[in-house]
Amino acid sequence: MDPTLLKTIFGRLTIESLPIHEPIVVATFVAVVIGGIGVLAALTYFKLWGFLWKEWFTSVDHKKVGIMYMVLGIVMLLRGFADAIMMRGQQAIAFGANEGYLNAHHYDQVFTAHGVIMIFFVAMPLVTGLMNYVIPLQIGARDVAFPYLNNFSFWMTAAGAVIIMMSLFIGEFARTGWLAFPPLSGLDYSPDVGVDYYLWALQVAGVGTTLSGINLVVTIIKMRAPGMTMMKLPVFSWTSLCTNILIVASFPVLTATLVLLSLDRYIGTNFFTNQAGGNPMMYFNLIWIWGHPEVYILILPAFGIFSEVTSTFSGKRLFGYTSMVYATVVITILSYLVWLHHFFTMGSGASVNSFFGITTMIISIPTGAKIFNWLFTMYRGRIQYELPMLWTVSFMLTFTVGGMTGVLLAVPPADFVLHNSLFLVAHFHNVIIGGVVFGAFAGINYWWPKAFGYKLDKKWGLVSFWCWSIGFWVAFAPLYVLGLMGVTRRLRHFDDPSLQIWFIIAAIGAAIIAVGIAAFLMQIFVSVRNREALRDVTGDPWGGRTLEWSTSSPPPHYNFAFTPMIHDLDAWSDMKTRGYERPVKGYIPIHMPKNTGTGVILSGISVAFAFGMIWYIWWLAAIAFVAIIGVSIFHSFNYDRDYYIPADEVSHEEGERTRLLATTPALAGGMN
Amino acid sequence: MSSTTMSDQTISDPSRAEADRQKKDDPQRDVFFVTEEAHEHGGMGGTALGFWIYLMSDCLIFAVLFATYGVLGTAYAGGPTPREIFELPLVALNTSMLLLSSITYGFAMLAMARGAKAQTQGWLAITGLFGLAFLSIELYEFATLIHEGATPQRSAFLSSFFTLVGTHGLHVTFGIIWLVTLMTQVARRGLIPENRRRLMCLSMFWHFLDVVWIGVFTFVYLLGVLR
Repeated sequence: MDPTLLKTIFGRLTIESLPIHEPIVVATFVAVVIGGIGVLAALTYFKLWGFLWKEWFTSVDHKKVGIMYMVLGIVMLLRGFADAIMMRGQQAIAFGANEGYLNAHHYDQVFTAHGVIMIFFVAMPLVTGLMNYVIPLQIGARDVAFPYLNNFSFWMTAAGAVIIMMSLFIGEFARTGWLAFPPLSGLDYSPDVGVDYYLWALQVAGVGTTLSGINLVVTIIKMRAPGMTMMKLPVFSWTSLCTNILIVASFPVLTATLVLLSLDRYIGTNFFTNQAGGNPMMYFNLIWIWGHPEVYILILPAFGIFSEVTSTFSGKRLFGYTSMVYATVVITILSYLVWLHHFFTMGSGASVNSFFGITTMIISIPTGAKIFNWLFTMYRGRIQYELPMLWTVSFMLTFTVGGMTGVLLAVPPADFVLHNSLFLVAHFHNVIIGGVVFGAFAGINYWWPKAFGYKLDKKWGLVSFWCWSIGFWVAFAPLYVLGLMGVTRRLRHFDDPSLQIWFIIAAIGAAIIAVGIAAFLMQIFVSVRNREALRDVTGDPWGGRTLEWSTSSPPPHYNFAFTPMIHDLDAWSDMKTRGYERPVKGYIPIHMPKNTGTGVILSGISVAFAFGMIWYIWWLAAIAFVAIIGVSIFHSFNYDRDYYIPADEVSHEEGERTRLLATTPALAGGMN
Repeated sequence: MSSTTMSDQTISDPSRAEADRQKKDDPQRDVFFVTEEAHEHGGMGGTALGFWIYLMSDCLIFAVLFATYGVLGTAYAGGPTPREIFELPLVALNTSMLLLSSITYGFAMLAMARGAKAQTQGWLAITGLFGLAFLSIELYEFATLIHEGATPQRSAFLSSFFTLVGTHGLHVTFGIIWLVTLMTQVARRGLIPENRRRLMCLSMFWHFLDVVWIGVFTFVYLLGVLR
């Protein structure tokens, strides 16, 4: 066929783009295809497509959107962890004559994909999912402020994940590290599709993240139940508010920065090139102005989860609520004033480095205040070591060490020695795994009974907990040692055999974590199977203190038959102590938003647009772009977006709950 | 002995005493839910706040582009400088088109407040035409620059110039598409609360672009020619 015609139709996509020469990728591809066909066949066989479409994909219910985010995060965790264990395996054996099993081309993609996936498509969906599920329930609202936008945000995040997964089998992913620093990520040094996959996956997902941030800020500001002043807002909602403010104040910076890099790559501008006045360090500044707030975006909701868990399982009001709120706000502000500590070695001079070193160290003060607040909450409390509490205690121990190594890195002269070393790698895994991942597990174990009506199995939960807690230290303590000895990050082969023992220990640690992940999946499987034995009909299995525990489990889709009225912090605890009686009559119709498929459709077209842009298939990109605008306009012509749940239906659902509550000897009101 | 018991009782339940005190301050202290639904009719609800936050996030995109222009704006790389290529009279004309479009959008909103549908549509149409005029002049300017060899690829200064001004132009383009969409919706359904809300959002967007342009005009063109 005519090569120019082929080029017009397929852009730079050719048969050679498929990585058929990489046995690991081919094997993965075969496994994914077989698994995928299996899942699709099962869905078709059990006639679940209509159910999924109507009840889940098009749902604007914040609870279902939240659960979909969690599923996305857990699925991507498996992908990101597969990358991790491949790196650990490679580094454990690639010494001297042994080249290991990953070539440089593949290894560089693996560490880039690991970082990008773990931050954007594991940590972010897990955190966003928990916020989505819990916030409206905690503040006594029926949904988020913009329910359709919420569904759309989720699907854009999912589209980003799809784009990044495509790079595994069609073409390749970036070989630049997770922030794609130029000039390496420029067209001169990365001419192929890897960086373009990176750019478009993040841009598409970034739309979702920004909109979801706006949505949740407005939800918390505008939709709190009557009486819930800001200083009566549950701590998780407070930290989520700060996180979402950080999202709307930092993700646009990422968007703009990636646009500039895209322009350099697509039309040949000179922002970050080494010629015609371009300045690569501009990119470092801009990306870290987003990047540093991003780590607080991830950790603040986790702090909120730990606060709720500590207070619930110590049977006490949180110690120092006010200081907790102020600490959160101070962290929010300071997170913008530290970005330069990521590149002290740029050479900004002593004054600039001192400023950013000091602001970085100051952040440890509000963070330390939080740790003490949790400890004082536990002090003289009746602590129940349920799974969420175990994760919380493990977090406090792990995170404190991670925080201290962070303060160490904040000292510019020390950073000149440790910059880009495995010490740094150990530090940020120490705070992200010890903070965000442990927080997500605490949150999942804590709110699972709320979402599904039964607790998670404790035995497998314990296995998962201990494997993660121990595995983390076995995997990363050696990296601290290696980093102090001067080993830099992102190396695939070593000459000095004396280092090997540390990498072998680290690989053993990763294997222990793998058992932890398997145990977590097993925990879910076993819990689903034994759900009748684990059932909780009270809606309040832990003796909770905040409003989400006042509803049934799972909550009805309207959340609250009557909007609650708040008089005190820990509203549900207050209601229980003051003899609140659940209303059983007088129901009124409830105003709710309608489902819509527009989010799914726009997300699908966005994937097509990104694919066209990545492979230079301009006709596809153009058609998809016009289609995105067309579908959005078409959607805006639909004015019929809400409906009323009739009072009869509410009465029926609430009647069911009354019946269930009557079957338990200990009513929710008696537990405090 | 009995007095000790008394005080023990008081001490044993301080929260109860505190609660009683609160009850005096707040007669509804033991009401835990509302039986009426709070309805918002015709108001902006959360939309105004949400749209403001969106605008501020968009503002940050411009902030990044301004900062980039600030850093790279003098990196001419031996190529043309602002003084050589900017034509202030053309930019002044351009600016006046955009400023006038903001005024006419204001008139459209006043007409909307009076409930005068035809006048609203008329002013919206005039706003759109001013917007188109602005875009045409900008495209003419870009074409002239590129023809003269001052392309976005020539230097970091020109890269950041074209990107900042072009991003603003893209926003105006989307504003015009949105405007046409809204005019169609007003024509079909009139000035119903939903459409009023949408017109208010576009109004905020349009004026926001005006404010950004004043920054561009001052920071890029005026200061550029002074340099």
